[in-house]
Amino acid sequence: MTGFEAFFLQLAEDFPRWNFIWLYDEKQAGRVLSGLWMTIKLSLACVILSLIIGIIGSWLQGARNRFLRATVQGYIQFFRNTPPLVQLLFFYFALGQFTPVVTGPDGWTEVPIISNAGWAIISLSFFAGAFNVEIFRAGIEAVPHSTREAAEALGMSRTQTYTNVVFPLALRVSIPALNNNLVNLVKTTTQAFAIAVPELLYESVSIWNDFPSAQNPTMLLLFVVYIALVGVLVFGMNSWERNMRIPGYGQ
Amino acid sequence: MTNWTPEQPIISIHNVRKSFGVVEVLKGVSMDIMKGEVICIIGPSGSGKSTLIRCINALNDIQGGSITVEGQEVHDDDLDRLELRKKVGMVFQQYNLFPHKSALENVMMAPIKVLNEDRAEVETRARALLKKVRLEGKEDNYPGELSGGQQQRVAIARSLAMRPDVMLFDEVTAALDPETVKEVLVTIKDLAAEGMTCILVTHEMGFAREVADHIYFTDKGVIVEHGSPSEFFDHASDPRTQEFLSQIL
Amino acid sequence: MGSNSIPGVSSAPRSDLAVLKPFTPAGHAYDEMFLLRWLASVPPQVIVLLLLIWPAAAFAQSGVYGMPDAFAALWRWIPFLTLQGFVFNVVISIFAMLIGTLAGAALGLGQISNRIWLRRLAWGITQLFRNAPWLVILFIVLLAFPFEINVFGFIIPVPAWMKAVIGLSLPIMANISEIVRGAVMSVPSAQWEAAESLSFSRTQTLWQIILPQCFKRMIPPWMNWYAILTMATPLCSLLGVGEIITFSRQAMEAENNRPELLVPFFGYALALFFAYCYPIARFTIALEKRFAVKL
Repeated sequence: MTGFEAFFLQLAEDFPRWNFIWLYDEKQAGRVLSGLWMTIKLSLACVILSLIIGIIGSWLQGARNRFLRATVQGYIQFFRNTPPLVQLLFFYFALGQFTPVVTGPDGWTEVPIISNAGWAIISLSFFAGAFNVEIFRAGIEAVPHSTREAAEALGMSRTQTYTNVVFPLALRVSIPALNNNLVNLVKTTTQAFAIAVPELLYESVSIWNDFPSAQNPTMLLLFVVYIALVGVLVFGMNSWERNMRIPGYGQ
Repeated sequence: MTNWTPEQPIISIHNVRKSFGVVEVLKGVSMDIMKGEVICIIGPSGSGKSTLIRCINALNDIQGGSITVEGQEVHDDDLDRLELRKKVGMVFQQYNLFPHKSALENVMMAPIKVLNEDRAEVETRARALLKKVRLEGKEDNYPGELSGGQQQRVAIARSLAMRPDVMLFDEVTAALDPETVKEVLVTIKDLAAEGMTCILVTHEMGFAREVADHIYFTDKGVIVEHGSPSEFFDHASDPRTQEFLSQIL
Repeated sequence: MGSNSIPGVSSAPRSDLAVLKPFTPAGHAYDEMFLLRWLASVPPQVIVLLLLIWPAAAFAQSGVYGMPDAFAALWRWIPFLTLQGFVFNVVISIFAMLIGTLAGAALGLGQISNRIWLRRLAWGITQLFRNAPWLVILFIVLLAFPFEINVFGFIIPVPAWMKAVIGLSLPIMANISEIVRGAVMSVPSAQWEAAESLSFSRTQTLWQIILPQCFKRMIPPWMNWYAILTMATPLCSLLGVGEIITFSRQAMEAENNRPELLVPFFGYALALFFAYCYPIARFTIALEKRFAVKL
């Protein structure tokens, strides 16, 4: 045992409420790390999927078909105005019962095609995606009609205008709002706890249920890790925003 | 295709009607433009001048009459818009450069993306065009770093990169500072001198008189009077033209 | 983050480039008649299809416990779920908003204090509670807070729902703090200078000149946070506080946990939240527009 581990073992003995168990117990450290890894996977998957939903949704909002436009609008309003936790429970419990099952790896148990982590990704992505549709749509509307017309006058088709001119400009306008929404999404992944996805919060709670003495340190860890995750995301988004800045425009 | 020959009018506008809702902005306008001609359309604001040239480029549709470019009917549902826009370049009052692309990229974008031309070849041409509009050394500047006049010249180069047969200029100096108006006008004059067919909507009467082969005066959606610059400015016959000129000159 | 200004969008553009129009993420997403319009735009063939599927589905399940039975069960539970459950969500949200607003206003004023240590402290607290997940904060408050407080010999019990109120009020506090700071910063500095030249003190300037000007601006974001808070109240069910989701699960248990119950029960909860939050959202947008014109 290293001196580092011995120090925290001693600390736990001297102060029974400050048992930093995951600093010297390999098994608990493994739980924390696997929880953190799950949180990161969940966040990445949701961020990517919600961005795709946002792009497709905002594209559909410009569609000629009224039914399509109204459906996107209904989707946005529904997901914006209902609690993400209840959405998650609805997706997992209510819709989960209709999904087909396959035979598990052991050859005799039946496992649903979509795991609970899968449902968490689907549900949270649709939740954040609803906001992303709005954000991208506002960004697209911020591109002046005359700029679009200029592209058209140069012979570009609707798709060419969208991919070469409208979307790159809309994206730049959208970044700050996107930033806020994605931070919120990462924070919302904790709610996957409700359907027992083994992410960081879930693992932490099970650690302090097993070792009540580790409650305070684990809470502290949760706080620090989430602030750090959000910090990394904000830092990344800010440097992306700087990279995308158009020279000579504004400041 | 059509059997158009260069001896026929390159653009033929016949009895064009256009309304926005209940407001009729063009009430039967006709004109023929020959290859190499420079046409200026002048008239009070709201007289339908801009609408007319936007119709030539199919940016607006029309409710009656016909517009043909090199014998091809513009307002036809089967129109190949790409073919039309290769023939007709357009420059706008508000420049409308793409703010996220440098001057050079603005010029190169359409030939590469729309015409699928070779990048190196397009770049050589784009640099030559920027040099022609006297913007050498500004290739890598972004629109936001250029003055209004410089941006407008990039916009002209951008249209020329598509090698159009006709250029449309929609009040291209109206948004510019007085001191930069001249540099844009000089560019257009160079183009006209090279034999480019140009249609200009403008308020620059001195310029119109100097470069135009033919001047059209529109008011309230009709062509009131047209003629050569000297006929028009010195011997206007219609009282509406006389009143307009007396206010302007 | 938060205060990033977008050139040409949140501030006037400096170049004479074709200007990007104002950016409103909430924009006119709220079409007055969207529900009606949506219903109106449903193609008739879809309605015919639904009419065919509905009885078919009901028929297929007849004889066993089917959807109609599940809806009948929901019907029996609706008074309990609404009056004992959802009303409690509303009560929690109102208390949490009250505490969060008061604490947040104080914290926000701390963020613009001219004492550096106070400003830094207020900024730190704000960032901490803004960026931590709500559920983590709730867990910590619920577990770390004592279940009774001893004040001068009186033992005051702190029930779980009160802890939930405190837990939910913390992130609200941090966000209200940002709203206050942002609103005060949005008042042009010339106003401060003008007041100073009239020999107003800093406190007088703040309370008599600056805050009255930005009060209106704070209302729409404040309401927005109330809606977000209301939608966060189901989180309390994870901690065993009695509210609509907790009661829905208990009710489903009482009805023998039949899987058919899940859609109607959770669907009802979703519908209740939607019915409560959608008008708030609409009203917020309306206010935002009205104030935007006047400011």
